[in-house]
Amino acid sequence: MNIHEYQAKDILKEYGIPVPEGRVASTPEEAKKIASEIGGKVVVKAQIHAGGRGKGGGIKLVSSPDEAEAAAKEIIGMQLVTPQTGPEGKKVKTVLVEAAGKIKKELYLGIVVDRSRDTEAPVVMASQEGGMSIEEVAAENPDAIIKVAAHPAGSFSGFQGRKIAYGLGLDKPLIGQCSKIVASLYRLMIGKDASLVEINPLVITEDDQLVALDAKINFDDDGLFRHPEIKELYDIDEEDPLEVEAKKLGVNYIKLDGNVGCMVNGAGLAMTTMDLIKLAGGEPANFLDVGGGATPEQVENAFKILTSDDSVKAILVNIFGGILRCDRLANGIVQAAKNLDLKIPMVIRLHGTNEAEGKKILEESSVKFEVADGLYEAAEKAVKIAQ
Amino acid sequence: MSILLDENSRIVIQGITGGEGSFHTRVAVEFGTNVVAGVTPGKGGADVDGIPVYNRVSEAVSEQGANVAGIYVPAAFTPDAILEAVEAGIKFIVAVTEGVPVLEMVKVKKVLKGSGAYLIGPNCPGITTPGVGKIGFMPNFIHKKGNVGVISRSGTLTYEAIDQLTALGIGQSTSIGIGGDPIVGSGFIDLLELYEKDPQTDLVVLIGEIGGTAEEEAAQYVKDNMTKPVVSFIAGQTAPPGRRMGHAGAIIAGGKGTAAEKMKALTEAGIAVVENPADIGATVKKTLEERGLLQ
Repeated sequence: MNIHEYQAKDILKEYGIPVPEGRVASTPEEAKKIASEIGGKVVVKAQIHAGGRGKGGGIKLVSSPDEAEAAAKEIIGMQLVTPQTGPEGKKVKTVLVEAAGKIKKELYLGIVVDRSRDTEAPVVMASQEGGMSIEEVAAENPDAIIKVAAHPAGSFSGFQGRKIAYGLGLDKPLIGQCSKIVASLYRLMIGKDASLVEINPLVITEDDQLVALDAKINFDDDGLFRHPEIKELYDIDEEDPLEVEAKKLGVNYIKLDGNVGCMVNGAGLAMTTMDLIKLAGGEPANFLDVGGGATPEQVENAFKILTSDDSVKAILVNIFGGILRCDRLANGIVQAAKNLDLKIPMVIRLHGTNEAEGKKILEESSVKFEVADGLYEAAEKAVKIAQ
Repeated sequence: MSILLDENSRIVIQGITGGEGSFHTRVAVEFGTNVVAGVTPGKGGADVDGIPVYNRVSEAVSEQGANVAGIYVPAAFTPDAILEAVEAGIKFIVAVTEGVPVLEMVKVKKVLKGSGAYLIGPNCPGITTPGVGKIGFMPNFIHKKGNVGVISRSGTLTYEAIDQLTALGIGQSTSIGIGGDPIVGSGFIDLLELYEKDPQTDLVVLIGEIGGTAEEEAAQYVKDNMTKPVVSFIAGQTAPPGRRMGHAGAIIAGGKGTAAEKMKALTEAGIAVVENPADIGATVKKTLEERGLLQ
């Protein structure tokens, strides 16, 4: 789960990490009020779940409350396009109004779980090249990144924080500040089940203070059950409406750009079915996993989602029946097709327990299905229909 | 022989009185699996289809000689169940549950690394040794005893691959789904090492997917250490970056973890990489034939 910058900064504050003075505003008037309370120069920042906001005109530096109001007026309601939003952009609902001070230097500080076999632990990463994405730095100058994995004893030790601070070449007064921020950020990561925390940039101000100028936190969805306070930060407007609907129905769905819809049981087989569609010369319209069990109810829910995507011209159903029998599943498909009055042509490949009975049910039903035997044959048929 | 699950395995099912636990235990017993005990805290003294239930894993070990654990408990209790099994001295553990927090697995792995225990999962379909038994969800009918090992990060895709082998008359030594989470217990390399040593296994099918670097690491391992042939398929060639494809671990992050990178690393290690998943069985057959290993 992702959250907004202002929410991430609230969490940083909770863990004692310095952030600029600021508040979130949903109207230009509020933005003006916050700017006048802060005084001096402020920065008005669009709050969407995507990076690169400055490039799309979503971040403005202003020097008076009136200018802050004008900037907020421009940004709130805009469809902000950044390199991370896709061409359609994202609608801005709120802005963060924050004190803007003079900066001596920008640094990068982040923690992710390193999945590689030798590590399998959270790793703190830091670099002197703040403002750039860590991927860019890694590609251009990998030696510039300082990496320190959590200590095998299970925590992040004081000396490891100092390793980062000295590694960044900081001046003496900043060493203590930096070690403390690293330790706090690590506590945050563990305490909130985050999968990524990133301060980019972490700036050195003119009066030698380290401040988190931007912040990004992603959470492990599997950890949310023990963090109700984080769950509340979920912003449904940042998600694709169809994906939100699918989630409600318990269907794992991701919309893609093609026109061959697919419904599969199991995530690996679902990805593989997308690959097969591509291999057969088509483009998948989605990823859809109805769950390993694929109950008739789930099948009907999945059809609802697939048919609400107008670009779908053919549907490929690929189910491997294990403990769930194919005949029961076939009945579910027929029932769902009737209930929903499905008009989109469908190719079905059922494989597994009671396969023959399942196929017979499909072939004898009043709904027109194309039944396929082989994996690839099914994909080819669906692609041909979609074309 | 086979790997991890063999004739000497005496299985305890943690969570045996739950819906999933009791159902899958029954299906496993039908398959011939030697389930000797169950554990559900508070239900000690009961039985499930005649299988005695204990409060603690250590009792199942001392009373029934259990030496393998299958875990079917909710995600919030899974790390604790794994640690309990390790503490009881069990050296092979299978945890099927989806939804264990990644940072919990970081802790569990630290304990595992010092214990000498193998853990399959979490978020996995489990393990099957045809002719011996199974733990997990793999359908009974797809398996046939033979000389091919199967390891995979997926569930139904694994069934598909096993089924293709069986349809061509090719049997399996042991089939394992290692799980779709970012951090799992035993990885490809741990298991490749066991397959390499296993006299019953002549070839290994490795099914990977996008996300992480496990396939690249496995490729390097195969190149440096394996004499037995490996056939591989990678799911997610069309997966978009930055999106989690069902499995928590299946995500292309920061441009890393793509199918193309993995296929390249595997090919460079001399592994036969199958592009079309419908060809997994046929490719295995061809490879076995070429080496005179087709049984």
